[in-house]
Amino acid sequence: MTATFHAPPGGAAKRGLIEVSGFSLSYETLDGAMPAVEDTDLVVRPGEFVSIIGPSGCGKSTLLNAVAGFLKPTAGRVTVDGEPVKGPGADRGMVFQQYSLFPWKTVRENVEFGLKMKGISADERTRSARTLLGLAGLSQFEDHYPDRLSGGMKQRVGIVRALATGPRVLLLDEPFGALDAQTRQIMQQILTNLWQRLEISVLFVTHDIDEAIFLSDRIYVMTARPGAIKAEVDVALPRPRDAGLALLPEFLALRAELAALIREESLKAMGGELNADALQGLAINLHGASIGDVI
Amino acid sequence: MKHSTALASVAVASDRFIRETGEPARAGSVTLRPARPAPAPAQPAGGSRWTRWLRLNRGLIRAGVLGLLSIAAFIALWHVLTENRLNIYVRFMNVPSPTQVLASAEQAFSDGRFLNHILISCRRILLGFSLATVIAVPLGLLMGRYLLLRELVFPVSEVLRPIPAIAWVPMSIMLWPTNEESIVFITFLGSLFPILINTLHGMATVDEVLVRAARCLGAREAATFREVYFPAALPQIFTGLTVGMGVAWVSLIAAEMISGQFGIGYFTWESYSLVQYSDIALGMICIGVLGLASSLAIRAVGSLITPWATRR
Repeated sequence: MTATFHAPPGGAAKRGLIEVSGFSLSYETLDGAMPAVEDTDLVVRPGEFVSIIGPSGCGKSTLLNAVAGFLKPTAGRVTVDGEPVKGPGADRGMVFQQYSLFPWKTVRENVEFGLKMKGISADERTRSARTLLGLAGLSQFEDHYPDRLSGGMKQRVGIVRALATGPRVLLLDEPFGALDAQTRQIMQQILTNLWQRLEISVLFVTHDIDEAIFLSDRIYVMTARPGAIKAEVDVALPRPRDAGLALLPEFLALRAELAALIREESLKAMGGELNADALQGLAINLHGASIGDVI
Repeated sequence: MKHSTALASVAVASDRFIRETGEPARAGSVTLRPARPAPAPAQPAGGSRWTRWLRLNRGLIRAGVLGLLSIAAFIALWHVLTENRLNIYVRFMNVPSPTQVLASAEQAFSDGRFLNHILISCRRILLGFSLATVIAVPLGLLMGRYLLLRELVFPVSEVLRPIPAIAWVPMSIMLWPTNEESIVFITFLGSLFPILINTLHGMATVDEVLVRAARCLGAREAATFREVYFPAALPQIFTGLTVGMGVAWVSLIAAEMISGQFGIGYFTWESYSLVQYSDIALGMICIGVLGLASSLAIRAVGSLITPWATRR
């Protein structure tokens, strides 16, 4: 299967080590430097599926964008397989929260784009794209323009497009945030499937705790702004995982733990606007959602 | 595959809640309805292909019929006003009637001179408009991409833009050695600014996430320009071309009326001087039809080249 993708020789599983160390990033404002992320360390081992969760605005997307090469750290290092990240490139595939398919290209042409940039011949491109589209169950839509597709299909094409060049790592920035709950679950299954087949490292940003547990080997929990790593959680749940996972006591325990960690940070993030005691007085059961989600 | 097993395991977990139809309901129970037979394959809903085509294109046919009716009504009104030589503050005594215009059209098309006027005007449009496109589209794309160029060129273009083409006529006659060149120049100027502004606007509205997606897929500057910025701006560029074509005709006719010796604008003005009143109307109708036809042609090319933008 991997032979049809344009991966350099040497075995896919040995590639894709993401290392972020001493990472800080601040934005310049009139009042001086505003730190978005402070002194953060993070590792994704080859073939590992790692998620970052945290309250909104905590800088998890900032971190991901730095790995993608769109943002330069103010301090610290970001490396992939030991090479420092200098800018965006096809060795790091990225899937965005917004649908980012080229509207003027058909589904297949979208998937072929990265290979075209690599100068691969049209025939070979088409073959690779068809294989991947088949894996994602999109074969019969290859000649459609993106505006004919549902949100879930668009995001599947987005994932397949990012994988087509045989990247070392796949970066996803809340890719399923705009989808309904059922579609999201199916998409998670599909992503897990692709990840296992292609033996690729994944760094996944989300604010959905269930999603993070369902998908990940490991989860980093970030603090409120300025973001830093608050906790690192191993998800020692067996694979393959299915929707029944949500009924396991281990899942529920892990979820409660993560929810508590994030709740603390969400409250901090809301700061002056609302205090925790006031909420407790209302006896609101948050069911694992962050306060930001509920209000 | 995986998903269906997942569903199955959930169903097993809630087995005890499932009841058969007819059993009394309990709190939290699930009643499964018997599966319905698969729907029959879609039947052609009566009538032949032709009648179905008619039904599906009702809107189009309606618009066409109403359009023809409104033009017919306009001509009828024109006929009534002119045949009766009405003088209702607005004076229709000297206005040619439709039949007179038809007669002078037959006359005009019988020798090559009138056709020559039309051809000369079309050639001027083609030259001026093509030049404007060749200059304004790349300039707009580059200005949209490179801030320095935009900052340098935009102020000049903003000052020149409000000057109507007709105000350029004296200057143009001084600038260019021949009359022909100065008319083409005015046509060019007329279409230049709408095309430039729309191209710029198209560049400004390119979705940044598409640019980032392209970068992530290994596209460098030139490829990003070719594969993302250009196609993303294309629908807006075609809007600019359509508007530019309209302004090109306006400018051309103004220039021809003032400084021409040929062309449909010259023909119209000359008819007035020669008291050939029905030729005035003939010239005007020709200008209208040519303007409409060229705008439609651009729109047609636009929807051919940007199928994704027009097919929604």
